[in-house]
Amino acid sequence: MKKNPLFDIFIGNDSVFSFVKAILAVFFALIIVYFILLLTGYSPFPVYGALLKGAFGSRRCFGECLVSTTPLLFSGLGFAIAYRCGLFNIGLEGQITVGGIAAAFIGYIFPEMNPVIHVSACIAAGFLAGALWGFIPGYLKARFGIHEVISVIMLNHIAFKIAAYLVSMQGPMKDRLDDMPASPFIRDSAKIVRLVNGSRVHWGIILAVITAFIIWVLLFRTRLGFRIRAVGKNKYAAETAGINVKRHIILTLSISGALGGLAGAVEILGVHYRLFAAFSPGYGFDAIAVALLGMVHPIGIIASAFLFGILRSGSVFMQAMYGVNKDMVSVITAIIVLFMGMSAPIGIMIKDRFKRKSHGTSV
Amino acid sequence: MAAIIRMENIIKTFPGVLANDKVSLEVEKGEIHCLLGENGAGKSTLMNILYGLTSCDSGEIYIKDQLVEFSGPRDAIASGIGMVHQHFMLIPVFTVMENLILGNEPVKGLKIDKIKSEKILADISGKYGMEMNLHAYVKDISVGMQQRVEILKLLYRGADIMIFDEPTAILTPQEILELYKVMESLRQRGKTIIFITHKLKEVMEISDRVTVLRDGRVINKIKTESTNTRELAKMMVGREVLFSTRRPEKRAGAEVLRVEDLYAKDKRGQKGLKGLCLNVKAGEIVGIAGVDGNGQSELVEVLTGLRRTDSGSIKIEDREMAHRNAGRFLAAGTAHIPDDRLLRGLILDFPLYENMLLGFQDQKPFTKGIFIDFNKVRQWSKGLVEAFDVRVPNVNVQAGSLSGGNQQKAVLAREFARDPKLLIASQPTRGLDVGAIEFVHERIMQARQNGKAVLLVSLDLSEIMNLSDRILVIYEGKIIAEFMADEAADTEIGFMMAGGGKK
Repeated sequence: MKKNPLFDIFIGNDSVFSFVKAILAVFFALIIVYFILLLTGYSPFPVYGALLKGAFGSRRCFGECLVSTTPLLFSGLGFAIAYRCGLFNIGLEGQITVGGIAAAFIGYIFPEMNPVIHVSACIAAGFLAGALWGFIPGYLKARFGIHEVISVIMLNHIAFKIAAYLVSMQGPMKDRLDDMPASPFIRDSAKIVRLVNGSRVHWGIILAVITAFIIWVLLFRTRLGFRIRAVGKNKYAAETAGINVKRHIILTLSISGALGGLAGAVEILGVHYRLFAAFSPGYGFDAIAVALLGMVHPIGIIASAFLFGILRSGSVFMQAMYGVNKDMVSVITAIIVLFMGMSAPIGIMIKDRFKRKSHGTSV
Repeated sequence: MAAIIRMENIIKTFPGVLANDKVSLEVEKGEIHCLLGENGAGKSTLMNILYGLTSCDSGEIYIKDQLVEFSGPRDAIASGIGMVHQHFMLIPVFTVMENLILGNEPVKGLKIDKIKSEKILADISGKYGMEMNLHAYVKDISVGMQQRVEILKLLYRGADIMIFDEPTAILTPQEILELYKVMESLRQRGKTIIFITHKLKEVMEISDRVTVLRDGRVINKIKTESTNTRELAKMMVGREVLFSTRRPEKRAGAEVLRVEDLYAKDKRGQKGLKGLCLNVKAGEIVGIAGVDGNGQSELVEVLTGLRRTDSGSIKIEDREMAHRNAGRFLAAGTAHIPDDRLLRGLILDFPLYENMLLGFQDQKPFTKGIFIDFNKVRQWSKGLVEAFDVRVPNVNVQAGSLSGGNQQKAVLAREFARDPKLLIASQPTRGLDVGAIEFVHERIMQARQNGKAVLLVSLDLSEIMNLSDRILVIYEGKIIAEFMADEAADTEIGFMMAGGGKK
């Protein structure tokens, strides 16, 4: 059989091929939205140009892009680790919320102190609050067999309502000094330092990238990671191999929630400096798309979180320049998710085609 | 005699597989024709084509010298062809009669004519020596009887040509003899039977002629009386096959497993094990014989920590293991070859080396603190794969891409690598072909020689008889009989398997 070099490079190797599939998903999503833009009376190329300009046009723009990337990366990792364990955690938005609440509380309730200690304490509080918000559905699933999707949706709403109550007019965390439905500002010592002047981008992005590497090591190099993946791929075989399936479900959902909590904590400490009711504009839901486009692999998720960061920050500029509603970006996101969902069967079709073609040339 | 069925040059390809390669089959009227071949040889594909379930890429089918083209089983049935599938197509909550007439009911006005139905059916069953209670519910009758209902259904619909797809796989030895009788009487009345099997003994016992398939091709067509099992096996596998594993003399050592008065529930929460007792000594193979569903899977699961014990005791070398989880059983020196390797034995999406790590994930020398040294795992897996002749290009391939035989070898390699004191093998050769079965049997025998205690659970009585030193018969969650290997006759064991010991 004649070798097809294209096949060998892009399709033969599974990890390269899944990367190719992700690129194609984005590409086709942009093509479809191109036609949607055309039909709704916009000229697509300038609009896409504005999208890119909004993300890369200036130091400030690029900073905003990284600001959005940070929580997306944390929560994308959170979704991914649960997914690797066979769990569908769509509760990251709620976990972000409780993480933010906890971080803000520790951030303003204590007086000024050593910033390293203060920031660490705030981040730890967010981490633990998120972990609790993941532990609850994990325990309910392990103990009573309640499906995690149901319980995390409910926990999302509980978290939103708690946040709204805390900063409402009579709420215990409401700042008495101004009229905003928000908590007091956190102390300066609790703020995460900005990376550069003239941009809101802060050290959280570095922390998020480090976390991605930690999760990568955890999943693919450690005993715990092996057990988590075994439970995710085949819980019966995992059980037979002496792995306690229930314990790992609880633990993994707790870790997943903790990553959501980190996203929330870092968002409060690095961007808002105080708690608002809905301080996260749906990062926890975008996390699903981020993780899936990133092939549920920490390194892939770094790339896809960045892409979604571009889309989010660029969309504002796009709306301002051309009046295209920034929700058009949600359409792109949705189509990407759709394609990634279909990527397995489409991948098989592509492989088959190539194989048949290379058969054909050899006969 | 004229050929009632002629299939000529049948070619059928599935993506990547040539299932039938110019297969020709001739079956004469009134004969029992065996279709012999290993799993994947193309027997079922050929019969599915004949029964209209799939179409062939090219080739011709003649029934009674008429060229036919079936677009579905309905056409095949109209031409007088019927098929008894391995999995019965019966409605459990209907009576035997209701199942038989379903789809073809004698009617009087708008109502089913029960009197007429009963008369027709009684006639048919009487004629072929298959008397049975027409008013019993299908769920209440034995598997052998359910199979009869399937056969009667074909007769009721006027089939002349009957395809039996591995009909003996689910029967006890007694029921197999009964089935032979029925087949004999069908033949005497001019029916034609195609009998699909991979068991050589059955070919010799019942068939008139045999067509051997291997890798989608016809290897030979031969009269049964002019051949023997050895020759057939060679045709089927393509090389010489050792039949019975040699059982060298070996004195059993100290007791390794002792189970007393064990109670456990089954999947549905009913009582699965009801006071079961047994023991296994080092260097001994104890076989558990029984009809499927008498507590075998519950026993295996309880003895590997996968199912809760309600009461009773499980001792491995005097250590009480009841209520312990699977990890504890592994640590106590148990190895487990699960009956469903795809479900419990392997993680199909994992590469082979990660599968070899299952159960070793927290053990030296593969761990370094909280980390796993995957290079070491890969190297070690390479050694195991070679030692157990698992045919793979490298250990990075996904377990799901291996053939059934290679998957089972991989599971075996891993479980033997534990160097267990107790080996629990549940249906270790299920779905494997003759060559792989031979390999598995040799390894189990080798474990015995190395002083392991082996508990062998299998639905295949000949496997139990072939390997075991002692044979225990399980019936309704209890051991009801014990035989020493040399003094056991399969009819006697079969009698006990059917609950014969019970009053």
